[in-house]
Amino acid sequence: MTIVLGFEGSANKIGVGIIQDGKVLSNPRRTYITPPGQGFMPSDTARHHRSCILDVLHEAFEEAQIKPQDIDCVAYTKGPGMGAPLLSVAIVARTVAQLWKKPLLGVNHCIGHIEMGRLITGAENPTVLYVSGGNTQVIAYSEHRYRIFGETIDIAVGNCLDRFARVLKISNDPSPGFNIEQMAKKGNKFVELPYTVKGMDVSFSGILSYIEDMAHKMLSSGECTPEDLCFSLQETLFSMLVEITERAMAHCGSQEVMIVGGVGCNVHLQEMMEVMCKERGAKLFSTDERLVCSQAVFMCGTAKQFLVLSSIYCYWQSDRPLVPNPDQQGPLIGQVFQISEAPHK
Amino acid sequence: MPARGLPSSSRPRDNFERSISSSAMCQCPLMTQLHPHLKLHQRILRCWCKDTPAFAMEEEAENCSRLRTRAYVDSLSLMKQGAEARVYRGQFLGKAAIVKERFPKTYRHPILDEKLTHRRTAQEVRSILRCRKAGISAPVVYFVDYVSNCIYLEDIEQSTTVRDYIISIQQAGKDVSQLYGLSSKMGQLLARMHDEDVIHGDLTTSNILLRSPFDELNLVMIDFGLSFISALPEDKGVDLYVLEKAFLSTHPNTEEIFKALLKSYTTASNKSGPVIKKLDEVRLRGRKRSMVG
Repeated sequence: MTIVLGFEGSANKIGVGIIQDGKVLSNPRRTYITPPGQGFMPSDTARHHRSCILDVLHEAFEEAQIKPQDIDCVAYTKGPGMGAPLLSVAIVARTVAQLWKKPLLGVNHCIGHIEMGRLITGAENPTVLYVSGGNTQVIAYSEHRYRIFGETIDIAVGNCLDRFARVLKISNDPSPGFNIEQMAKKGNKFVELPYTVKGMDVSFSGILSYIEDMAHKMLSSGECTPEDLCFSLQETLFSMLVEITERAMAHCGSQEVMIVGGVGCNVHLQEMMEVMCKERGAKLFSTDERLVCSQAVFMCGTAKQFLVLSSIYCYWQSDRPLVPNPDQQGPLIGQVFQISEAPHK
Repeated sequence: MPARGLPSSSRPRDNFERSISSSAMCQCPLMTQLHPHLKLHQRILRCWCKDTPAFAMEEEAENCSRLRTRAYVDSLSLMKQGAEARVYRGQFLGKAAIVKERFPKTYRHPILDEKLTHRRTAQEVRSILRCRKAGISAPVVYFVDYVSNCIYLEDIEQSTTVRDYIISIQQAGKDVSQLYGLSSKMGQLLARMHDEDVIHGDLTTSNILLRSPFDELNLVMIDFGLSFISALPEDKGVDLYVLEKAFLSTHPNTEEIFKALLKSYTTASNKSGPVIKKLDEVRLRGRKRSMVG
């Protein structure tokens, strides 16, 4: 009966989750939403997280109907992510671990996503497309490590979508990606945009620069509508992502694909990947809808805390003991542990 | 090739006459020789005699060409389906040949797919020819069919990919120090290619073949579909970065071997200084290493 408390705050969402042997007891979160045309600054986001993290923590305990002494372990996202928000959440995680005399686990954000995906979908050894606001990577497991076969060499796909939304002044509520997806459904004219694939790597900065330069010109001349631009951007970006995933599959000889991360909840991306998998006789595993939806509202990327906790849970249940990080000194209580290897058995 | 920028109906007739003579009629004797039962060239000639508009004849010619290629390709044995294309093995005018067919990707928007497929077919041929002209080992191009996006290439017989070769050595538990010679040769090959301003675009150990006998380390570059011509150190640095990631992901614990490859590249290339500097820059871009809580 292992109960784990997990903190996640690597970007504009702050969440506290409690799980018991894989069952989610509570998962409250808050999102820092900025006005249309603006992104979220690290310092402002960290301020938002600091202002509401204790409320979210109380909410998590109330919803789970447990007390701090019932917790076996405290976990938090160690990185990657935005420095200031990560730090503000890490401080709280470390503080409660020491106050309540619980072991502390720092978890890799990416492994959290992948392991939760594997747990939910039942994928054995998939080629993983990890697409979110801060990460775009094609990952496969080899020799006790997750290895990155391809990635963005500049900005992440989610960041590209967010910044495109700013150019078009698309609302950030519930998320820019969701609003772009809805607008794209109404678009039908394909506008040619730069397409940059370099082996198993991709580059999105060129397409973004092109749109920043040309969008207003194209819209004011009536050459296309905002919906057409959303449609064309999605078609181009997602084609690039599916292509590099297919390259990695061909290179690794893999027959399974799993999409994780906030952008992975885009239905059109899943449909395109499904088509590619059918052509190759492969199988697609998409993250369960519960992990990317907040009740009826589509919330891209809000399930990160689930993912992180799952990763810890898998590791906790594995046959390997938790090994303290040798760089850290001090007693076992409040000790920082590392999850450096993926918990495959 | 037909003038792609214009709608079929508005293309000038003489343009079409040139295209039909190059893309359809000149292929017919060859294809009839390969498939005597497929006398499709007669259909084209009949079509030519009819008093029909140019665009209708052009479409007919292209359809005939597609049918003919499809029938020929279906008679070959499928070697593998990569990410980009299906690769078939067979005979072409009595020579052992590989047919690389870029098939439509239905997940892509049709306009985007046609543009990419055609561009990559052309780029691949252009880069192979440029490499061969410079004395860099690459397959001979026998024939290009731009209608069906098929490239007919020399079959590098009794060869293996560098990927399979390295994996076989690692799995056999042999001393990996014998891979230093291979990595040195790879570095030299890439240096020569980059000095010719050819950017491969998809450098992986799957896209370099090792000719038999393997101990002679005779390497052949293949799969130039993402290639382009550029003198920029940035593009060459990214090319090496793509290889580095593919190399270290596919072949764990070979960091020293890849370092030897880069050392060999630096020695062999006349322009390696700025390229290696750019490689170091590119390494720092994509992945977030220092952002921790």
